[in-house]
Amino acid sequence: MTRGLGLALVTLALLSATAAPVAAPHAVDAHFAGLLNAPPTVPHVADAAGAWHAPFIYRWQLANQLEQRYDEDRSTRVPLAWFSGGHVVRSSDEAAAPLLLLGADSYGRDVFTRLLFGARTSLGLAVTAALAAMLVGTLLGGVAGFAGGVLDDVLMRAADFVMVLPAMYVALALRAVLPLVLTAPQVFALLAAIFAVVGAPFVARGVRAIVRSERRLDYAVAAQALGASDARLLVRHLLPSARGFIAVQITLLIPAFIIAEATLSYVGLGFPDPVASWGTMLQEASGNIRVFADFPWLLSPAAAMFLVVLGVNLVLQNSRPERLRDDRGAGVKSVL
Amino acid sequence: MTRYVARRLAFAAFLVIAVSSASLVLARLAPGDFVSQSGSTQVSRAVLDQERARFGLDKSIAAQYRDWLAAAVRFDFGYSMQYGRPVRDLIPERAANTAMLAVTALVLATLIGLPLGVITGSRSGGALPGVIRAASVVLLSMPPLLTSLFLVFVAARTGWLPISGMRSATVPAGGALLDLLRHLVVPAAAIGLPLAAMLERLQSQAMREVIDEPFVLATLARGVPRSRIVWRGALKAALRPVASVYGLIIGTLLSGSFAVEVITAWLGLGSLMLQALRTRDIYLVAGCAGAGALFLACGTLVSDLALAAVDPRAREMPAEQA
Repeated sequence: MTRGLGLALVTLALLSATAAPVAAPHAVDAHFAGLLNAPPTVPHVADAAGAWHAPFIYRWQLANQLEQRYDEDRSTRVPLAWFSGGHVVRSSDEAAAPLLLLGADSYGRDVFTRLLFGARTSLGLAVTAALAAMLVGTLLGGVAGFAGGVLDDVLMRAADFVMVLPAMYVALALRAVLPLVLTAPQVFALLAAIFAVVGAPFVARGVRAIVRSERRLDYAVAAQALGASDARLLVRHLLPSARGFIAVQITLLIPAFIIAEATLSYVGLGFPDPVASWGTMLQEASGNIRVFADFPWLLSPAAAMFLVVLGVNLVLQNSRPERLRDDRGAGVKSVL
Repeated sequence: MTRYVARRLAFAAFLVIAVSSASLVLARLAPGDFVSQSGSTQVSRAVLDQERARFGLDKSIAAQYRDWLAAAVRFDFGYSMQYGRPVRDLIPERAANTAMLAVTALVLATLIGLPLGVITGSRSGGALPGVIRAASVVLLSMPPLLTSLFLVFVAARTGWLPISGMRSATVPAGGALLDLLRHLVVPAAAIGLPLAAMLERLQSQAMREVIDEPFVLATLARGVPRSRIVWRGALKAALRPVASVYGLIIGTLLSGSFAVEVITAWLGLGSLMLQALRTRDIYLVAGCAGAGALFLACGTLVSDLALAAVDPRAREMPAEQA
């Protein structure tokens, strides 16, 4: 049951990231100048008199310019337009009464739209970085476990050193020493590389332990006796035994990377503002107490992150095979 | 044991020196320096060069590092350019604030997480363990960044607690200490609650394994009450695996406290380091990094020694050579 919920949450996140241009009612950079910090437009099915209609919304009317408070204009119903203009749903009167499912930010941009497009940036970065960490970690861990000796010592000491440092500070320091103003693709590549460096030791450690113990087993010795080269033995025979461990590690790294992107963007060292990412969206909350008290819909990226992390945790919690609990003895345990 | 302690001490010293040196060199290599980040664009090149000379930024990296290291062994860690004060005077206050936050969070996590873990680990059915387990799964999915945003949201909506900073503008009724404690609740809970959930899960698992051991069954057969076995015997045996993660937690604690310090405007090491990195205040960067590393090294050292004291096997096989 809980595993199904987890899978559903993860699928939902991936779907909304993929389908963002169609599922979102607006373009990612569309501004509504008259609707700064406007609250969500709730779809209604019954009007003030109690009569039933197809889903519709009310227009927001500025009640107080200074406090940015809005009132619903209940005189006219604005029906929703389904499957029009290349979007699943939007308002039939986009100019005067746009559909704002999660309200608008301080520039008058639709938060729901940016949340969907932000999923592309945030999830895309996290997955890219996790794959990079997997590649680097598997390679280094495999080589260290296979070669042994001095190379093993050096690589593992280096991995231990990175692991003992607080990951957030390492990422922060590495990011901050590079130019502070970069374009979005540069930031993407840079953050992916930094996260890969921080995440790789966690993969490398486990892979090394598995390769080391598998190496002594009969099948590996037999392959070697039959003349398999070192590279073939490592890639075709030993690394496949670490597959389960690697899969779990990647899934553990993804939530951590989503949060790391959000933290860096929150403090202004992540993506530049026009880029929609969950971190840059949260930045609205920094230094503006009214976000918490009066415009809570601006915190929806935090809720999205929670749901994704929860989904991943639920999937992992119920699918982790027993042999992966202790990575040091993993190989041995699976044989016994 | 003496050799073990000596080796751990050497590693701690290496950690502090390596981290602060690396961050000084990295910050120096970064494009831009303090003068270009803070100076006005209206100033002539000659004035900028004069400023650089005043801060010692005109020297080569090697010369600058050598001078810094030579001063550092005499406990002089340079001068913060943006504060105009020695780094040595700036760091302790901020480090104490971070330590206060981290220790409170750790105590909170231990006091909540361990007893709940004993409850969920020793009972198989019932509503209470189910509720605790569900709460743990939810909290495990809320790292300090999300927890602090959520708690600030709750505090801002209800007005129950102050949401940012460390003290009120005017000392309210109850005195300064109570005021500080009220400001401490949100950030400490933001770090402590996810940690409590993690400890609960670990303690629960360790407990479950110990409960299955023959000695528990034997004690039960002798007529010792179940609650006494759970809370005395089994708890003691289950503590060791949990104790060994405390060393690893300290890094997480520091990472988590960074996000929380920034969100709740807690004046700790994390926010100071961020500020120093942005203004390219290189000596302050090195000082903050060194202080963080010292914090980390002390924590790891204490937990390793505690573990070695209870478990002789840990002495033979320290964590880094599995």
